[in-house]
Amino acid sequence: MALTDAFSRSGGLRLRQRLQHGDLIFWLVALFFALLVVALLAIIVAVTWDGSDEARDTFGIIGFITSTEWNPVAGEFGAAPAIYGTVVSSMIALALAAPPAIMIGVFLSDLCPDRLRAPLSLMVELLAAIPSVVYGMWGVFVLIPFYRTFIASPLSETVGEYIPLFAGPVAVGRGLLVAGMILAIMILPTIAAVSRDVLTVVPTHQKEAMLALGATRWEVIRHAQLPYARAGIVGGMMLGLGRALGETMAALMVIGNMPRIEASLFQPATTAAAQIASQLPTTESDLHASSLILMALVLFLITLVANSIARLLVWNVSRQSGGR
Amino acid sequence: MQPARTMRRYRSRTIINRFMLVLTVGSTGVALIPLVLILAYVFQQGIGAWDVQFFTDSFRPVTLGEGEVQTGGVLHAIVGTVIIVGVALLMAMPIGIMAGIYLAEYPGNRAATIIRFCTDVLTAMPSIVVGVTAYILIVQRTQQFSALAGSVALVVLMVPIITRTTEEMLRLVPDSSREAAVALGAPKWWTTLTVVIPMAFSGIVTGILLALARAAGETAPLLVTVLGNNNLAYSIFEPMQALPLLAYRYTEQPFAEMNEQAWGAALLLVLIVLVTNISVRLATRKRLAR
Amino acid sequence: MPEDQPAHLYIENLCAFYGQSLAIEPTTLPIPRQQVTAIIGPSGCGKSTLLRSLNRLHETLPGARNEGAVWLDGENIFDPDVDPIIVRRRIGMVFQQPNPLRGRTIAQNVTIGLELDGASKQECDEAVERSLKLTALWDEVKDRLNDPAMDLSGGQQQRLCLARSLAVEPEVILMDEPASALDPIATLRIEDLVKELVSEYTIIIVTHNMQQAGRVSDNTVFMTLGDQGAGMVAEAGPTSEIFTTPANRKTEDYITGRFG
Repeated sequence: MALTDAFSRSGGLRLRQRLQHGDLIFWLVALFFALLVVALLAIIVAVTWDGSDEARDTFGIIGFITSTEWNPVAGEFGAAPAIYGTVVSSMIALALAAPPAIMIGVFLSDLCPDRLRAPLSLMVELLAAIPSVVYGMWGVFVLIPFYRTFIASPLSETVGEYIPLFAGPVAVGRGLLVAGMILAIMILPTIAAVSRDVLTVVPTHQKEAMLALGATRWEVIRHAQLPYARAGIVGGMMLGLGRALGETMAALMVIGNMPRIEASLFQPATTAAAQIASQLPTTESDLHASSLILMALVLFLITLVANSIARLLVWNVSRQSGGR
Repeated sequence: MQPARTMRRYRSRTIINRFMLVLTVGSTGVALIPLVLILAYVFQQGIGAWDVQFFTDSFRPVTLGEGEVQTGGVLHAIVGTVIIVGVALLMAMPIGIMAGIYLAEYPGNRAATIIRFCTDVLTAMPSIVVGVTAYILIVQRTQQFSALAGSVALVVLMVPIITRTTEEMLRLVPDSSREAAVALGAPKWWTTLTVVIPMAFSGIVTGILLALARAAGETAPLLVTVLGNNNLAYSIFEPMQALPLLAYRYTEQPFAEMNEQAWGAALLLVLIVLVTNISVRLATRKRLAR
Repeated sequence: MPEDQPAHLYIENLCAFYGQSLAIEPTTLPIPRQQVTAIIGPSGCGKSTLLRSLNRLHETLPGARNEGAVWLDGENIFDPDVDPIIVRRRIGMVFQQPNPLRGRTIAQNVTIGLELDGASKQECDEAVERSLKLTALWDEVKDRLNDPAMDLSGGQQQRLCLARSLAVEPEVILMDEPASALDPIATLRIEDLVKELVSEYTIIIVTHNMQQAGRVSDNTVFMTLGDQGAGMVAEAGPTSEIFTTPANRKTEDYITGRFG
């Protein structure tokens, strides 16, 4: 505090003024670095916009996302198969992951014995932090062999004969459904963690309103907690969806990487992220690279929409719980 | 004695209750099974690949039909990950920490709102998009895949994590500490540097560690920037190998030895993530309890 | 349970615990049928805990439990064979903070208890009108039954919560400082309701407001903190006696405003 002592002495006045200039400088420096964060985002948008110039000029954005032909050698680039694969695999993931994830949220926020709560919560959070390449590897070595033998083959040989959605041949097993399964396992911790958080902030008085009416434990969850936390849970699902949409490695490793739209979930497909990652290092032409860049831009916009909705919903719940 | 209406569905209500509670517990169990299986599998497979050579040797081509198979090690990938992530950290730290300080110490203005929004968008951005940006900026310009391009991509992924944690940790510092220093006549910058930051120091380190763990496991942006390299490389202007990249590439190989090394690399990555997250958790809990 | 007990509820050696610590010392107390019993006493003396033990709500808090017995028409509600769900149907409760279920309309808040029983639409409609009339809310809200319950004022919300517990036709109504969050006019309306409802229901009301206890109750239970730091009943009896000739020194001090 020697320095502060100096201020209190009369001779310290000029030093003090100079140091208040120090405040200005400090503020400017902090602001400069903080604005770099904004710059990072701006650069990403500007650079991908600029880099996709050629593709946009050639196909137009609408033409690009609606064309189903992707042939680097012939110079045909349409993003529809990749967008289809991205959306369908993510939807499968969401459909598979959301119900058990919400149940985990209910369990952790409510039913779990106190002793188990902390370790289980930690485990769920750790699983969200595991690198996606590890999930992809597990998919390749463990899930796909199992899936081909016990799920895809039996299904395609029975119901697949009549329903195109499950039509064979299964071949190596890589395809939309198994990609959706891996993505489901990856986003499950995200949805579970958010569900747990929003269910935990449901006020006691809402639960006791149901309890005092003679509701069973499940009825309290069903009629007091889930409705109160509904928007937040949907937000968690959208966060999970956003993660699935933008995920590269797990999809790249198990989806088969074929830019085609097929009715059957057992057939190889591709996602936007997987297609970019697998083709960008070895592009055939500038237009090829430019098209992949445009695809990245489209992917960014799709995830931005999903995440914006998610944040809005989760934010609303936590804000309201601060009130009554 | 009970009202008839209350008893009308009493049985089915208690049965539904029990059923749903069992279902909740059951689905928690069932959902956690694949997750536990994955971890167990990584440990089981990965530990088999770990020997001295794994950590001290670089890639050696698999020789077929020679009896003894030479597998080499992943030293080049370990070195690569350290260099790529280290360079990224050097760039990400000043931006992340200063931005966090700005958000915590000068909150509530329009700039802070915009910066916070951008941090959120960056957090949720698909890592491949970041990789594509670094590819355009560096790889396309220099006509050369390089570790530097990978580091630049990782910076974008690390900054929001560091910013967020720094901001949250600085906010935990009670205002009374700030006011005490200001009351003594210390200017704000002095207060921030000598009072606030030391109090939040371990929290800031926490954010850096979390960002490191996240960056170490990132694969997609490296695929399109760093490319991969079978040799030990030290120059950041050349392609390099990295652990997650190696895990991916070796998984695609038809040789069992390389698959095994992929698991070894995966185990290393998983351990980095687990150790970082658990120690961060323990440290934060201690601080909150105090 | 003692024979020929005219009480509706008979509390016998009831204790309440939070974890290891005793919150209420063994309490024995008759609660007369179709009368208003007020529980008064300084804050922190376990009034709410005692009240919440009577519908087995206390035990739903982590680590909380009860010992002893509460006889409801000759049946111990703490008997292992008794399901607390049934107990809470017979003993309704209104809380300190109005707590309509969020996301439900006014009508849906009244009928939630009936919905659990699978009641028909007609039964529900009848219950809405009957309960809202009982709580003098019908005329105020009959044109907007499908509006969110959260749109009502605090006093209206509290009466809605009372209507919600009346809809399942309980015998006993527990009220935990039901007017403490309300303005004076809304408070008086609640008090009027209590006086009307007592002709059909047994009512136990916790209050920190002495005047309120004097105005609405037939009997008064005065609780205080015992030597061990746990709540205990210092004195109980007809309100007129407690207020005019308290037998207990502490009661007298409290009533005359010397402490509490």
